[in-house]
Amino acid sequence: MSLRMSVAIVGAAETDSVAIQPDKSAIQLHAEAAFNALADAGLTKDDVDGVLCAGQSPVQVAEYLGITPTYVDGTSVGGCSYMLHVRHAAAAIKAGLCSVALITHGESGRSRVGMSGWGRAPQNVGSQFEEVFGVAGPPTRFTVPILRHMHEYGTTHEQLASVAVATRRWAEKNPRAMMRDPITVEDVLNSRMIAYPIHLFECCLVTDGGGALIVVSAERAKDFPKKPVYIMGTGESTEHSMISMMHDFTESRAFKVSGKLAFDEAKIAHKDIDHAMFYDAFAHTPMFALEALGFVGKGESGPFFEEMRTAPGGDFPLNTNGGGLSYTHTGMYGMFAIQESMRQLRGEAAAQLPNVRTSIAHGVGGMFHAAGTLILTNDDAP
Amino acid sequence: MPKRPIPQATPETAEYWDGARRGELRIQRCRSCGKAYFFPRPFCPNCSSKDVEWFTASGKGKLYSYVINHRAAYGFDDITPYVIAVVQLDEGPRMMTNIVGIEATPENLPIDLPVEVTWEKLTDEITIPLFKPQGVA
Repeated sequence: MSLRMSVAIVGAAETDSVAIQPDKSAIQLHAEAAFNALADAGLTKDDVDGVLCAGQSPVQVAEYLGITPTYVDGTSVGGCSYMLHVRHAAAAIKAGLCSVALITHGESGRSRVGMSGWGRAPQNVGSQFEEVFGVAGPPTRFTVPILRHMHEYGTTHEQLASVAVATRRWAEKNPRAMMRDPITVEDVLNSRMIAYPIHLFECCLVTDGGGALIVVSAERAKDFPKKPVYIMGTGESTEHSMISMMHDFTESRAFKVSGKLAFDEAKIAHKDIDHAMFYDAFAHTPMFALEALGFVGKGESGPFFEEMRTAPGGDFPLNTNGGGLSYTHTGMYGMFAIQESMRQLRGEAAAQLPNVRTSIAHGVGGMFHAAGTLILTNDDAP
Repeated sequence: MPKRPIPQATPETAEYWDGARRGELRIQRCRSCGKAYFFPRPFCPNCSSKDVEWFTASGKGKLYSYVINHRAAYGFDDITPYVIAVVQLDEGPRMMTNIVGIEATPENLPIDLPVEVTWEKLTDEITIPLFKPQGVA
């Protein structure tokens, strides 16, 4: 079964702010995003029969919003969960399990209001075989593969820093971006060392915010206020729960599987992708995505970024909202990558590109633990 | 200051932790497909065979990749910056560890550096395998 062009996103919105908001709980952010997306689609909560979310349980979100759903999905595999939710919503709608799917993200990642605690049970395999060695969150786990990539492919510190520089150039154009001051490669390499080889400016932000999407069948998609965005291709996969178990530290198996599924389903060539959003938790994550999704050969991402091909004016516009590195990063950022794909395809982006017909939103979950990929278009017959 | 988290064994990992207390790096091998593997499971993650055995690894391997962490985890303030590494054992499997016995600088830590196991006792129950460059006392 192919899901190609069977559903469309007809509502998309973020919370009013995506910065630091200690006055709102995580589930409040889910709800604010949900109501904004419903308004965007001209719907009310009573039109919704599918509820999909991560972080909070869909039981909690449905209860909070006052929805009695016929389909729920609490797939929570980290920041790419929302790519998977779109994929699962497409399958559910195609199978007749629901007709209007609401996908929500809300996270008080910075202020930690209404969030569950950190830490894993001492019997968890991660506690037994990783945490005991003093890993201190994502900066010390997600980053462990980088030196291997540098060793095998000659990737340089300057190339890694270039990812942050290119992304910041997009953020300079976005008034909602948290970090907007221009930076240079030298600035990045002179920023505080977090976990060698990663410096502060190569790490994502930590913020509070949310986003939501409304998905319906393609047949109904033109009945809504805004031009629909159709799902051409989708993919998902997982690889490991501990970074030390990654099969090859120079490539993500989950990225490769997910990306291939999406491209095969979309029946589109790489050269026909106009705009890309690659989840940038750290500077190396989009490098790994560029290679694993097949936009460049293995080991070739370093020079690609160093040549500023992903920056404004480049031939591969990437992370045009300013990314997790400079726009916002609540914790599970994937929702914001999809939101920027939506804005570009609707012509609503702060740094709007001309003539965007297709966009790819590729997310990572955990520390290369999972992946989800969406290929989107505003063309109703691509 | 909060102390570092201390793990607890589960039934399928008890042999690993029992071995660690004795200074033996106990990992598993599949008798069916011949592959050694880590982390502990009562079956082979490669071929699903339950015909698996424990053995004591040589404790020698190579530095596969690492970071030098400058933001101390709970209980690690005194040794920060410290090396969080993944080591590839000569038997094949990889595991996370800390590299000790040398100053934590990139110059001291070339990728593929030969390393060998050394042990740190955390509690009466839990001893963990750390690695040091081969030949370092």
